Amino acid sequence: MPHELTTAVAALREKEALALVDRLLAEGADPVGIIDACKQAMDIIGERFAAGQAFIPELIMAGEIMRAITAKVTPHLSGAPGAAKRATIVLGTVKGDIHDIGKDIVATMLDIAGFDVVDLGVDVPEVRFVETARERQAQIIAMSCLLTSALEAMKRTVAAAAEAGIRGEVRIMVGGAPITEQVVAYTGADGWGKDAVAAVELAKAWTGGA
Amino acid sequence: MFTENWSELTPDERFDVRMQAWMEPGVEFASPGVRQAYQERVQLFRDAIELKKPARVPVAPWIGLFPGLNAGLTARETYYEYEKLHGAWQTFHDEFRPDVLAFSINIVPTRLYDILDYHLYDWPGHGVPEDAGYQYNEKEWMRDDEYDLLINDPSNYWQRFYLPRVIGALEPWTTLAPFTDLVEGPFTGPFFIPFGTPPVQQMLKTMLDAGNAALEWVQAMAGMDGASTAAFGIPGFAGGATKAPYDTLGDTMRGTRGLMLDKFRRPEKVLEACERLVPLAIDWGVRAADVNRHPMVFIPLHKGADGFLSDEDFRTFYWPTLKKVLLGLIEQGVVPLCFAEGGYNERLAAIHDPEIPAGRMIWMFDATDMKAAREHLGGYQCFGGNVPGALLTTGTAAETEAYVKQLIADVAGPGGFILGSGIVIDEARADCMKAMIDAGRRYGSEI
Repeated sequence: MPHELTTAVAALREKEALALVDRLLAEGADPVGIIDACKQAMDIIGERFAAGQAFIPELIMAGEIMRAITAKVTPHLSGAPGAAKRATIVLGTVKGDIHDIGKDIVATMLDIAGFDVVDLGVDVPEVRFVETARERQAQIIAMSCLLTSALEAMKRTVAAAAEAGIRGEVRIMVGGAPITEQVVAYTGADGWGKDAVAAVELAKAWTGGA
Repeated sequence: MFTENWSELTPDERFDVRMQAWMEPGVEFASPGVRQAYQERVQLFRDAIELKKPARVPVAPWIGLFPGLNAGLTARETYYEYEKLHGAWQTFHDEFRPDVLAFSINIVPTRLYDILDYHLYDWPGHGVPEDAGYQYNEKEWMRDDEYDLLINDPSNYWQRFYLPRVIGALEPWTTLAPFTDLVEGPFTGPFFIPFGTPPVQQMLKTMLDAGNAALEWVQAMAGMDGASTAAFGIPGFAGGATKAPYDTLGDTMRGTRGLMLDKFRRPEKVLEACERLVPLAIDWGVRAADVNRHPMVFIPLHKGADGFLSDEDFRTFYWPTLKKVLLGLIEQGVVPLCFAEGGYNERLAAIHDPEIPAGRMIWMFDATDMKAAREHLGGYQCFGGNVPGALLTTGTAAETEAYVKQLIADVAGPGGFILGSGIVIDEARADCMKAMIDAGRRYGSEI
């Protein structure tokens, strides 16, 4: 049914996609089917991004369309069983850094991929990452930064997680402009993604899903 | 106007006049030897720009807060304590001896920000911790339905819509009429009415305070830069700054996210606004180069980096208006100093544009493949940069030296290359910074 919707969303034709959702809902279409059609479109955009055929504006526009469609469909979902979340990820930009563009894209992509994302925002102290991960029984902590000066905060957060005794349960990923293999080793994190799609792939690999 | 016969000069003659002015800065050097060291350094840059083989590779790291932090100051002290900063600035230049001064344009006037209630940035002790540098507050400061206001009259838009949002003290400016209402006598009265109101009068008083703080700041910055030039013969790297029109929109007006969405939703307005900003950007850069008698104008590039746009969109939305700015500056003899932050690998083909005159600008790169940069720009424009900030922060002196040695061996010969850091350096290991500069001088003499 919603193949047409998948095509419209994947092509980032915002007005057409939203009008189509209105029509499908008015016709009594299955709301879960609408969301699934959008997720297929997001997979297509993710593949294009990984192949170097789509870029950050396309991810942001896709996230925007997805958000608008979810808002339209959500009132129709009452009673429908919610999809089980893959795993919980506590995410934020580290202490001393207030940049959120990259972090927000990663949060959107993880959410669309079915993770339960706890977004702590920016300038997040190490203790907040650790306490939230413990409270929410998270499997992953994901830290973002833009500034080289924030690398120390990443290192401190990894150390705080070890000190709190949760390193056995929580894996830690980092991302952002200054991140390299060398930086990952320096911070003591378990891995990194060069972009949002890579972050989602890493999270899936760590939580045993495809 | 740099000379009386300016309008009669060709762009190449203007370039030469500006270069000569840079060579003779009107500074009282500590000794003839220091003066000679200064002029040798300027010659290194001129040779690099003109793609000649320099005596050695010029070493020009972007240095931000590093002199202050390395002297044990916090970031907050580095911005606020001018006397302490002055000492740290002198010590840094004495010990490290780069070929350009640390970048005082990055010592932003936070005392002024306090007075103005500046919303565009956070700075240490004001939104970010005392040991962090200043940072942008990303937001849609310009609304998506305001493109026509901007396009119709940028100055009016800036004064009455944009600035009152980003500078708290200027909020009352929203009550003022456009200055273009002042056409003739009968309309003068209505125009001045708001100036009689308490909020506008308070705003003007605050602006006087801001002006005093700005004078203190510029005297402190010029004083410490001038002292380092006089004592150690180190020139400044730029006489001013300007921006790519697409970045003006994307950095601090519509915001990264806002502009990316506009590219889909109202592409023709984005293009029109970028065109409108071209003459403003050229004028800004040329005026700064004139006032400071320095040929180079710094242009930090952000939203055109790899990943931020497709190649097609870069060539459609970003490059055409940046190119007009570059051509406008070069026409006036100014040397655009583009700092391409992030990766520029996908842009190298586009920026190798035959319409930009060869040997008249500089491309400084960050995370760009420098061999590829050499392939595209070698023999066409001066380029450089690239020593990673993460290496200077998390690496060792030996690793840094090895990196610089390899970089110079790979791309520095036979000229047209400037060694620099990939990012502006705030925090870094002092031994790595020293290793970078020393290795640049040593291996840069062997090209």
